[in-house]
Amino acid sequence: MSGGVDSSVAAALLVEQGYDVIGMMMRLWAEESQDGKGHNRCCTPEQMNDARRIADKLKIPFYVLDTKDVFRDKIVSYFIDQHRQGVTPNPCIECNRHIRFTYLFENAMALDADYLATGHYAQIQQTESGAYQLEMGVDDAKDQSYVLCVLQQKHMARTLFPIGRYPKTDVREMARKFGLPTASKQDSQDLCFLGDGDYRRFLRDFADDMMQSGPIVLKSGEVIGEHHGLANYTIGQRKGLGVTYSEPLYVIATNPYRNALIVGTRLDLGDDRLIAKRMNWTSDNVPDQPFDAQVKIRYKARPVPAHITPLDETRVHVQFAEPLRDITPGQGAVIYDGRVCLGGGIIERDSRFTDN
Amino acid sequence: MVSHRNVYLDYSATTPTDPRVLEKMLPYFTDEFGNTSSAHSYGRRAEDAIETARETIATLMNCRASEIIFTSGGSESDNLAIRGAAWSRLDVGNHLVTTPVEHSAVTRTVSQLVAFSDFDSAIVPVDKTASVDVEELLDNCNERTTLVSIIYANNEVGTTADMPRIAAQLRERGILFHTDAVQSAGQMTLDVQALGVDLLSISAHKFYGPKGVGALYCRDGINLAPSQTGGSHEAGRRAGTLNTPAIVGMAEALRLAYEERDERLAHYTRLRDMLKDGILEKVSDCQITGHPVHRLPSHISFVFEDVDSTRLLMHLDLMGISASGASACKTGNAEPSSVLLAMGYAPELAIGSLRLTVGQTTTEEDVAYAIEGIAAAVEKVRKLKRIVS
Repeated sequence: MSGGVDSSVAAALLVEQGYDVIGMMMRLWAEESQDGKGHNRCCTPEQMNDARRIADKLKIPFYVLDTKDVFRDKIVSYFIDQHRQGVTPNPCIECNRHIRFTYLFENAMALDADYLATGHYAQIQQTESGAYQLEMGVDDAKDQSYVLCVLQQKHMARTLFPIGRYPKTDVREMARKFGLPTASKQDSQDLCFLGDGDYRRFLRDFADDMMQSGPIVLKSGEVIGEHHGLANYTIGQRKGLGVTYSEPLYVIATNPYRNALIVGTRLDLGDDRLIAKRMNWTSDNVPDQPFDAQVKIRYKARPVPAHITPLDETRVHVQFAEPLRDITPGQGAVIYDGRVCLGGGIIERDSRFTDN
Repeated sequence: MVSHRNVYLDYSATTPTDPRVLEKMLPYFTDEFGNTSSAHSYGRRAEDAIETARETIATLMNCRASEIIFTSGGSESDNLAIRGAAWSRLDVGNHLVTTPVEHSAVTRTVSQLVAFSDFDSAIVPVDKTASVDVEELLDNCNERTTLVSIIYANNEVGTTADMPRIAAQLRERGILFHTDAVQSAGQMTLDVQALGVDLLSISAHKFYGPKGVGALYCRDGINLAPSQTGGSHEAGRRAGTLNTPAIVGMAEALRLAYEERDERLAHYTRLRDMLKDGILEKVSDCQITGHPVHRLPSHISFVFEDVDSTRLLMHLDLMGISASGASACKTGNAEPSSVLLAMGYAPELAIGSLRLTVGQTTTEEDVAYAIEGIAAAVEKVRKLKRIVS
């Protein structure tokens, strides 16, 4: 329970359905602010009080789980480290992998819980064979199956997503109906552990070594300018490069080994293939044949048609029907068959720009 | 997972109000609602109730009624004692001495005086049982020392201090001696002459009285600058209309505690020892914290290896067992208790603390259930730790 609308309504629905519900909030790592108080957006004292009040209203036990150390080690350090390697990580995927569906999951199971329920917009269905499938939430705009692609059968057998079959508008309406004080709260945005939502400022504060200026180069190797630290740029970025050239230039890759920002024209931007590593298959089985499916390369991207070729236990090759402009190393490549999430991996760096 | 038995073992946190106490209080909410400051009959009857309560408490504490000041509870009593005595003795000195195992109402009052005005302080180290060595205490006092505050019975680890011995030494040096007796009241003697203290704080809800009321004993002749200013209530030492029902309740609760002292203490000691023996037998890698002998009869405390108390308490709560860690962990901020650290425990051991305190209605069945539950919960928490870290 975060004190927000989604997890509050999830808890209320379960209480209404007759489950014995235990509320848990994770106290995550908090960025230190100058007054010495933590100031990240989740688990502020206000949110903790909100969550506790909701649990009180629902007459369920409520506990705050100390998650600081594991969150700092597995998520915050990873976030910084990946940026240092020149890729743009998706901490929410790693959080579900290491925090929610490992640390929190095991803590819940140790309390003899039958299920871990969360306020995610996704659904779990059991097929006739008894296997579990991860499906998109019914609200396309809110669907969170992308960041849940790390789930395995053992998780889905013991996980509930009570709000996954409702659109967000219904969830807000239910919050009102249940008399939960969060009915009119704003949706949370951005990374939860940032005090101000500005990850570049965060990286400057916590890893200023990676904010070293370096060359802006064309694919040919020609140096045409200077950048202010690789973490300040994202793939596909056009504005703010500070170079003049005969045609518009876009960030197409980074080379952290040479601290180089690689730019190119619109034609250079985009690719029709990628390799994803650290693959998880929600069925627990690696497909033995190549197959056609749809792939999402960002949380907010649309699934697009692709041909998937498993390379080994942990890697896949994805061939898109059409080139995509913003394939970003570090983000998830999540594979769908219609509304069913088959699994996902982390997009590898394109070796063409870093091999030499 | 849903418990079918509720076992409350957190009587050091608070106790229920004794129904006999409540009955004495009730008329003062409704019919006898007068303000003691009023010059009419309602005021006189309220004043009579308050002064009778004051005399009752004074008799039990072997002092004069004028030496009892009513407050809103233990924290206010500590604040008034320390701030009031420190301020009024600024002509004598500005040095305050405490220990690292005091209640935060004492430590934060002292640290605020140091931070915002011209005071400094010394903190006397304690040994592994949370006891202060008298010689070491005296070494930390100097010619500017005006006040020493040492807890009578420690809330976290139950250790009781040798009050008369400390008091004799301080009196010889003209240093005032305050004690937080919040945990002791109802179990240990509050005879201020025997204890030798100059200032002593109590709080009613720790001995089956109501919440929101306490008292400070202040030896005649000691000036207290009021820490709460306003009207001239309580001889100008504590402003604010007196809480008649609560004060009447506190006096009755303390009277009953003395009247039934022998039975209560025998009951506490027997059940506490059952708990202690049962847990030491059933749970591996655990040790008692605090003094093995000189401790509150109702109180036993432990540290468990490879356990964090936040998680342990969560498991116990779901079994219906209400206990306490050493420190407040409602916020999920699993910090080791500063008291245990000051006693020399390593942080990774201090984080696994558990406090169990028995009360009048605790039964042998409760204790047996708790021992089984704690043993099972410790096992689960240890197993979980092996999985997730």
